[in-house]
Amino acid sequence: MRVLVLYCHPNHPASQLNRSLRAAAENVHGVTLHDLYHHYPHGFIDTEQEQELLQAHDVVVLQFPMYWYSTPPLLKAWQDEVLTFGFAYGQNRSLSPRQLLLAVSLGAHPNTYQRDKFAFELHELLRPLEAMSQYCGWEHRGIFSTGYEGNPSSDQLQLDAKRYQTLLEDCVAGKLPPLFSTLNPSC
Amino acid sequence: MLTDALIYLLAAVIAVPLFKRFGLGAVLGYLVAGVVIGPAALKLINDAQSVLHFAEFGVVLLLFLVGLELNPKKLWALRLSIFGTGTVQIIVTAGLVVVVGQLLGIDWRISMVAGIAFAMSSTAIALASLTERNLMSTEGGKAGFSVLLFQDIAVIPAFLVLAAIAPAKGEGALDTLGIVKAVGLIFSFILIGRFLIRPVLRYIANTGLKEVFIAFALLLVLGAAVAAQAVGLSMALGTFLAGVLLADSEYRHELELDIEPFKGLLLGLFFIAVGMSVDLNLFVTQPALVFGIASAVVVGKLLLLLAIARLFKLCGQDAAVFAVALSQIGEFAFVLIATALNQGTLSHPQADLMNAVVAASMLSTPFLFIALTRWVMPRLNRMPTRSTDVIEEKNEIIVAGFGRFGQVVARLLIARGFGVTLIDNNPNQVDFIRKFGFKAYYGDVSRLEVLESAGIENTQLLVLATDDAEATLETAKLVKEKYPKVKILARARGRTDGYALEEINIPFERETFRAAAAAGEKALLMLGESPHQAHRAIQTFIRHDERLLKEGAMHREDVKKLIDLAHKARQDLALLLTRERANAKSDTQQPVDW
Repeated sequence: MRVLVLYCHPNHPASQLNRSLRAAAENVHGVTLHDLYHHYPHGFIDTEQEQELLQAHDVVVLQFPMYWYSTPPLLKAWQDEVLTFGFAYGQNRSLSPRQLLLAVSLGAHPNTYQRDKFAFELHELLRPLEAMSQYCGWEHRGIFSTGYEGNPSSDQLQLDAKRYQTLLEDCVAGKLPPLFSTLNPSC
Repeated sequence: MLTDALIYLLAAVIAVPLFKRFGLGAVLGYLVAGVVIGPAALKLINDAQSVLHFAEFGVVLLLFLVGLELNPKKLWALRLSIFGTGTVQIIVTAGLVVVVGQLLGIDWRISMVAGIAFAMSSTAIALASLTERNLMSTEGGKAGFSVLLFQDIAVIPAFLVLAAIAPAKGEGALDTLGIVKAVGLIFSFILIGRFLIRPVLRYIANTGLKEVFIAFALLLVLGAAVAAQAVGLSMALGTFLAGVLLADSEYRHELELDIEPFKGLLLGLFFIAVGMSVDLNLFVTQPALVFGIASAVVVGKLLLLLAIARLFKLCGQDAAVFAVALSQIGEFAFVLIATALNQGTLSHPQADLMNAVVAASMLSTPFLFIALTRWVMPRLNRMPTRSTDVIEEKNEIIVAGFGRFGQVVARLLIARGFGVTLIDNNPNQVDFIRKFGFKAYYGDVSRLEVLESAGIENTQLLVLATDDAEATLETAKLVKEKYPKVKILARARGRTDGYALEEINIPFERETFRAAAAAGEKALLMLGESPHQAHRAIQTFIRHDERLLKEGAMHREDVKKLIDLAHKARQDLALLLTRERANAKSDTQQPVDW
């Protein structure tokens, strides 16, 4: 399968974790890595080009850091401007349903998002993306989450990168995880 | 000596700003200051001639700077206008004076001297006036400069002719030897410039002693001037050549900056000295004769120059600028007259009369320039062959000026489906735009009638995009007053225009600022910054700069404050930039993000 990783990090050089995950993704043959903040530093998205990219891939991976329990602003802008009526939804939509994966990096350990520690679980916080996927008829394959208390060691980073790479390689090979999987390598 | 300097500086500081303020130009200010402090009026300083000799160095420095701007390639491109226009101008002017002299029954030797002297124009006055009014880069300005350059070359044959017609044949003949020497000098300049000066400049620059570099720059100019004089060329021509030879050196800019203040001061002193040397006696005893001859010469030169301009395909405004710039008799005439006096061709009263005529003609140029820019140019802009177009349509937007700035704005508005009326004051441009199906009209927007016939009262927006800052300001004020409902957007050439527009509360955009900021952003990208961070840095910079512009405009009345503010602005910016730099570094060093 053709896999598109939409990488969306406003402060890429400062994120060790996402730099290592991104490098892992770029290692996988058959994955297209598309850096949104690199292409649209001014926030002005080229709708036509983005839609062509979606047409050319089967699996869409949204890779982003979670900021204030949501996506960075450019990813929201991407949804608003690319997933339009007639293209991504509506009776005569031109984009046939896609497979969706979320690769979310967190400012804390994923275990933090459990009922006994915090009011919301991770998948609850990411409901808007789930609803988006549902509305467009896509299949939501789950959440790959990473995060640490404090600075990660290089071993931990390597481990996460390896798992991310394996996940993407599986997707390319057509072995998609079951729907709504929780892919939580650091636990 | 010190009191003299005090008087010169005081006279300049009082007169020049005053004349500038009333739109009369700095050159006239200096000249009048000279007349006032000179032997003719207040008698504060009496030895005009020695000051004049010293201050002539200002002209020499001016030519050096002009040379620095013109590398050999550009000079070669000007060859036709230098030798063609120059030769025609001198021969025809001198010839005409001789013919008139013959008709009036004046001795042919005397009319010959007068002819050659009167054919010369004042490099100092012409170039200073052209620069002061931003006309140097026009076709007329360029042609004027070429002729002035040729006149400097023509100094050699002029002396030859003087020596030849002198009744008492002295040792004035420099014949072929002189020419050989002159050619030899030019070649040695090229050799020295190529192989000696550059390493020496580099060596001196490497010492890091600024004052030694300045001293060397002055030495260079002085050396070139003295060498040229030694072989019978004019000093100005010598330094001009030196300038041309250094035009493509890496120290060009440095030399320019170092010489510039000396040039400005000495040139001012030169004009003061010319003013001082005006012998008011003759003006008082024989005003009709002096002014009669002077105006006849100036008018004659003007007509001739206009004809020459036509011959060399300059038209309209360019021809007028060319003619006015060269209409006076130059300072070199003083030298020629003195030489002729020594050689016995002229008698003392004749020489005095000629000197007075030269001085009177010099005084006329600033006034002619004022008349040119105030009355003639606006009229010529209307073009005699073409009247203002009758504008039939009434659109919601008027874009005035369809140059590199206006065309972007207009195209964007047209693309968005707005009705746009284009007005430009260049008929060729209008015809050109029309070929591509745009609706363009010929007219001068600084005249309210033109805007009114374009339907300004029903217009939503007026975009002032011409490159005439003064006109933009005037038109904006006028429209704002008479049609307060019309929104106005103006093009500013830079910060200074921006201040003026901010002051009268007109929205504007500086023509190069954002493009330069965008280039800055590209530079950051090329240096490896992430696109988003680079974008944020530039946006911060733009906001900071635009805020400073607004604040500066508020304090503009108070000049002292502006100086302070500019100083403050620089410090602010330095602080801001270091902070941004520090932030950027901490971003990349510490893993603060996930």
